[in-house]
Amino acid sequence: MKIFLFCVLVLLAILIGAYLYRVLRGPTVFDRVLGLNGISTKAIILLIVIGVYFERVDMFVDISTGYALLNLVGALAVAKYLEEKGHS
Amino acid sequence: MTFSVQILLLLLLLTTAAGAIMVKDLMSSVLLLGSYSFFLALVWAWIGAVDVAFVEAVVGAGLATVLFLLTLFGTAPKDTRLRRPPPSLTTLIIFPLLGVLLLYAAKDLPAFGDPNSPASVHISPTYLEQSYQDTNTPNVVTAVLMDYRSLDTMIETVVIFASGIACALLLRRQV
Repeated sequence: MKIFLFCVLVLLAILIGAYLYRVLRGPTVFDRVLGLNGISTKAIILLIVIGVYFERVDMFVDISTGYALLNLVGALAVAKYLEEKGHS
Repeated sequence: MTFSVQILLLLLLLTTAAGAIMVKDLMSSVLLLGSYSFFLALVWAWIGAVDVAFVEAVVGAGLATVLFLLTLFGTAPKDTRLRRPPPSLTTLIIFPLLGVLLLYAAKDLPAFGDPNSPASVHISPTYLEQSYQDTNTPNVVTAVLMDYRSLDTMIETVVIFASGIACALLLRRQV
């Protein structure tokens, strides 16, 4: 079980790397925003998997919930900014 | 096994940090900083500092992005394009030397999780053993912050609240 969880962890980290490539290279700001949103969804799952791996899920669920909530606020702020300033 | 995941996370951290100072406009820089502090939160979670990870994820990745964006609202497009002059010779010499000095100083620190380090023999065992009987709070960090130091935390909250109100009053027209 530990081995399986570890493989899931590494796979998720590699997937995050794929999104990170889009965030770093992305020609437009929209690519970066979408990449960041993808990273955060992977990240929430990654936090829970770390929690299961350490057998302390109860604490890690708190972190990922807080992160998910605040990430929504951040995404809304980015959307509002892009609406106001246009795509530059 | 745990070591390699940590290396992987630290590599992602370095990549985002380098990206945040090398992209061409401030908006992308802000987005990259958001992912940077998210990876930092993952590193904290991985080495077991769950409360620090919580604060980093909420404040660093969530609130700081929003605050940076609120700042960007007050800028013109010509301000957000970054022109970077190449670093001077002094910078190229002094900063690697500073890094070497910090690494040299870090050699004297006790190993990670060392039970005999001064930090874990002085007063931490008292809190770890007695905080549950004293306060009935299962989380030790919360017990220290909200029970043993509750007055301190309350006044800190008052200070942050007052500064928030002052900022809101000063920036009322812009935001």
